[in-house]
Amino acid sequence: MTDATPDQIAGAAAKGRLDRLRAGLKRRHARETRFKWYGRLAIAAAMLFLAVLLVRIVEQGHTAFYTHTVTVPVFMDPARVDRAYPQGSNFEQLAAEQQLARMGIQDDAAGTKAAQMKRLFSSELKFVAADLVAKRSEVIGETVPLAVPLSDDADLYLKGEISRETPEDQRRLTDQQIAWLDRMQTEGVIGSHFNTALFTNGDSTQPELAGVLGAVVGSALMLMVTALIAIPLGVGAAIWLEEFAPKNKLTDIIEVNINNLAAVPSIVYGLLGLALFINWMHLPRASPIVGGLVLALMALPTLVIATRSALKAVPPSIREAALAMGASKTQTVFSHVLPLAMPGVMTGAIISMAHALGETAPLLLIGMVSFVPGVPHAIDQPVGALPSLIYIWENASERAFHERTAAAIIVLLVFMIIMNAAAIILRRRFERRW
Amino acid sequence: MIWIYLLILVALSAAAFFGGRTLARRRAIGAKPHSRPGQHGAYALIWVAAPALLVLILASVFAAPLQRQLTAAGTPDAVAALEPFRRDAFFADAHRVGRGEAALQIWERPLAEQLPVEARRMVRIERTLSWGGGVAAILAAILGGLFALTQIKPQTRARNRVEGWIYGALFVCSAIAVLTTLGIIASLAFDSFRFFQKVPVLDFLFGTQWSPQIAIRADQVGSSGAFGAVPLFAGTLLIMVIAMCVAAPIGLLSAIYLSEYAGRTTRAVIKPLLEILAGVPTVVYGFFAALTVGPLLRVFFNEIGLFLIGGPLDGLGQYLALVQNQMALTAGAVMGIMLIPFVSSLSDDILNAVPQSLRDGSFAMGATKSETVKRVLLPAALPGIAGALLLAVSRAIGETMIVTMAAGLAANLTFNPLDTVTTVTVQIVTLLTGDQEFNSAKTLSAFGLGLTLFLVTLMLNIIAHRIVQTYREQYD
Repeated sequence: MTDATPDQIAGAAAKGRLDRLRAGLKRRHARETRFKWYGRLAIAAAMLFLAVLLVRIVEQGHTAFYTHTVTVPVFMDPARVDRAYPQGSNFEQLAAEQQLARMGIQDDAAGTKAAQMKRLFSSELKFVAADLVAKRSEVIGETVPLAVPLSDDADLYLKGEISRETPEDQRRLTDQQIAWLDRMQTEGVIGSHFNTALFTNGDSTQPELAGVLGAVVGSALMLMVTALIAIPLGVGAAIWLEEFAPKNKLTDIIEVNINNLAAVPSIVYGLLGLALFINWMHLPRASPIVGGLVLALMALPTLVIATRSALKAVPPSIREAALAMGASKTQTVFSHVLPLAMPGVMTGAIISMAHALGETAPLLLIGMVSFVPGVPHAIDQPVGALPSLIYIWENASERAFHERTAAAIIVLLVFMIIMNAAAIILRRRFERRW
Repeated sequence: MIWIYLLILVALSAAAFFGGRTLARRRAIGAKPHSRPGQHGAYALIWVAAPALLVLILASVFAAPLQRQLTAAGTPDAVAALEPFRRDAFFADAHRVGRGEAALQIWERPLAEQLPVEARRMVRIERTLSWGGGVAAILAAILGGLFALTQIKPQTRARNRVEGWIYGALFVCSAIAVLTTLGIIASLAFDSFRFFQKVPVLDFLFGTQWSPQIAIRADQVGSSGAFGAVPLFAGTLLIMVIAMCVAAPIGLLSAIYLSEYAGRTTRAVIKPLLEILAGVPTVVYGFFAALTVGPLLRVFFNEIGLFLIGGPLDGLGQYLALVQNQMALTAGAVMGIMLIPFVSSLSDDILNAVPQSLRDGSFAMGATKSETVKRVLLPAALPGIAGALLLAVSRAIGETMIVTMAAGLAANLTFNPLDTVTTVTVQIVTLLTGDQEFNSAKTLSAFGLGLTLFLVTLMLNIIAHRIVQTYREQYD
């Protein structure tokens, strides 16, 4: 016996259905929110990676932008300095012994302390002193202050990268050397300043003397060759394909071909360069001309694709108007379509050049992993390039090269950002709505 | 030297242009010319510059081999008797002396007397060749110019002829792109062929032992080298799978969020940031992997290992405690990060290509956004996304710097992500950097690997493009 009227039963059923619906809706909304959060998390992860990448590189590299110099007065002992051949004199020994004497330290017979002191100075001291004597031989017999970089290990200690707490046999500096460094620093003979050598020197086996200028010039020479070859060829090919090419099997093949070339792994271009340009044509190994050619072939397909889309964006009405006024096909393309597509073409060119600048793998195969000291000046001499310099330094065993690798990466990234920013500005500036 | 000739050429071309223009103007008086004077000028310019450039290019291509032949032809007996590499060194020194530099080596009696003589002869040969090329080029320019002069008449269709040249030049530009492919195939195939003469194809493709190092003496261990590439393929595959496990979900979800949920401002901020991630050179990712991610992961696994040692999972703990920096996981994870923007921008394009009407239909049925994405957009975009992921796979297989710097060199046939593995691209780099002799199987094997890599990525790209294209046509 039940009091429930049919109405109430229907109401309860409706309520139950409503509850189910509500619960289902809640579930669906929760799922919706969850899904939205997945998306947010994915983006957050990508941004986190980017942030960690950049922060780690700046963290590792910023110390390379300043360095320590020591100023030591050196008495140019006439008995020990060879006037005729200053390069042969042992200035490092001289400076180390005199520095020890100034600090009131007695050396033993074997001269171990002088040898240790010597290791605090960069070997640059020898060349600075020899240069000075060669130029002004009257300094012999006088005391001249010489400002030279500290050796890489001493520099790292002063930057706090070599800790005093590590056991002595596990670090590159002895307790004695650390004590001397501390004393020299309190005496004020050690100064820290912006590391100009990083930007004015070529590569060197001594980290404290190594700089990126040689690689920057090498990269610039290579990029020049790349731009001179790839941009005219790429733009020409794109114009032909987009404006002139008859629609037939041949042009289809060329088109598919170019799309495929854009996706060929860069190292395959390195193999091509090695086999074709070096082994077959005997062009000089590791030279900007070979590097530039390889990068040009690599950049060509991307350039063609970018230029074609820029040309495609110019509305047909422009072409028709020009043709209607009696212009020939060539005149239409070169005086009307191309100028209007120019911002797009230039953006594509800059972006593909930026890619070429950062490419490393093909350069390794054409020999750009060898050590090239100094700053290059010709396009047929072996040079280094910024990305391959990063690769070489990353593999170097001296710890001081680690911070320099990160610093070179910062330099490379700055170049990339400038180029990409230029492309973005161009695009914004000349963006046109038809 | 070539710069001087180029300068002369530029001057001659300019003279041809202005001369031709003036001449066309003068000859056009009283007649109705077909083309404008400037077009006649351009025609003259082409006839001066094109033949001369052709001669210059031919001269610079053939100068080096010709010089080698001429030098070899007149070699004195004392020099000819030397061993080949000594002879090369002698000629290199003669070259230096000829340029007024000091010789690099000290040569003994008969050779020392020959050196200055040879130096003079080399200078003579070089000068003759370079002068010959230049003079021939200028002669060609003059002949071309004379021909153009006779052609400047009012009725000459100069414009059409110039345009014909331009058309030809543009076509040559496109042809060079095709020649690049031919160059790649030819260079890879030629050297691979030499490799496969020494090592059978089947041994290469299905052998499980990779140790290309050939010992110097026959009695040393591994004196023959082993060229079974399966461990390399396995390593490449492993790293690729790890990379895709990172890149596919993150890239796809970011693309969905950006195209379906994000507002204009969020998009405007996130997109350029992702583009930065895409623009970072791979060598930088390699550095990041080797010095940040590798040590981080090692410490992570070592800590877990230390925690597990002594417990029920002691063996696993012992293993984890000894994990090294260089492992497949490091390279794969960082490569995944590199691929995120690639996957996301491709998927973004594909999602945007799905017509709005499908979304509207789904919303009209009361579906939420996520249901629309999961049940309507993704199935509709699936072929396109599959194509995009395939393109990412091909990028992962061809990527070099990250694996070179973070994956290691040991060719292990393993699917354990904590082991060091090596990949096809790493081996190509290792085989071709450093000392190499050109005919050893070791060096040539790099080309065999390169050919395999090229063919595999080519196939993936073709399949991916086909999938993307067939899919796109459905809505057009």
